[in-house]
Amino acid sequence: MVTIEWYVALSVTLFLIGSMGVLLRRNAIILFMSIEMMLNSANLLFVAFARYLGDLDGQVLVFFVITVAAAEVAVGLALIVAIFRTKHSINIDEINLLKG
Amino acid sequence: MGNPIVFLILAGVAVVAAIMMVTSRNAVHSALWLVLNFAAIAILYLILNAPFIAVVQITVYAGAIMVLFLFVIMLLGAEQLRGVTAVVGGERWQQVLALFSGLLLLGVMGILLFQGVGGGGDTAVTINSNPAALGVRLFEAYTLPFELTGVLLLAAMIGVAIFSFRKKRM
Repeated sequence: MVTIEWYVALSVTLFLIGSMGVLLRRNAIILFMSIEMMLNSANLLFVAFARYLGDLDGQVLVFFVITVAAAEVAVGLALIVAIFRTKHSINIDEINLLKG
Repeated sequence: MGNPIVFLILAGVAVVAAIMMVTSRNAVHSALWLVLNFAAIAILYLILNAPFIAVVQITVYAGAIMVLFLFVIMLLGAEQLRGVTAVVGGERWQQVLALFSGLLLLGVMGILLFQGVGGGGDTAVTINSNPAALGVRLFEAYTLPFELTGVLLLAAMIGVAIFSFRKKRM
């Protein structure tokens, strides 16, 4: 039988892989994709617990998470394009203009 | 909450796709692996009695958002940029710190699963999760957050437009 623990384990594993991607990669676009995957693992946990507790609120919250993710991706990719126009690079180690 | 064999297959596909997404040198390959990951999770949503969320996941995430990603990757030619193709970047101490925090998170998960999250067993309650019930819940209990979502999307839209027009004005 698949219990809620299996879903928690899968969700945390995906979150862990996503956070490793954010911490170790230097390509800004892949960073954004890793963040998307972390949001997605949280969504999976919301839906799993909505099923486990018999409460529809978890599924409603997933909509809000998806909306925030969509807005974040639109603004983030526009930022990346704007940075690429001025610096001709999306390596996040080279974006250090505000570093003292 | 589902057949163990189906769950294990889908979880395996999702985890392998996630690892390939993070370790792939080519950004386009990363995006395509992420689409596979989203598709596997969408099927898990179907198993979890959330059909509408599954369809939204496919259309919004795997459709709209990933197309936006691929569009930007190909617009910038980002799959062949200098200095960003290395799988592991940054200073040495940053890598060590990253691995340490990853192990910490893994330890927290281990403790959580060891203690047990729920009462155990397949005690899933059957809920009426068709789109109509979901819509009623959304508009009855979450009206204000729903309106704020509209404001958020408007703000994002204006922000993107300002970013795009900035060059022409200067």
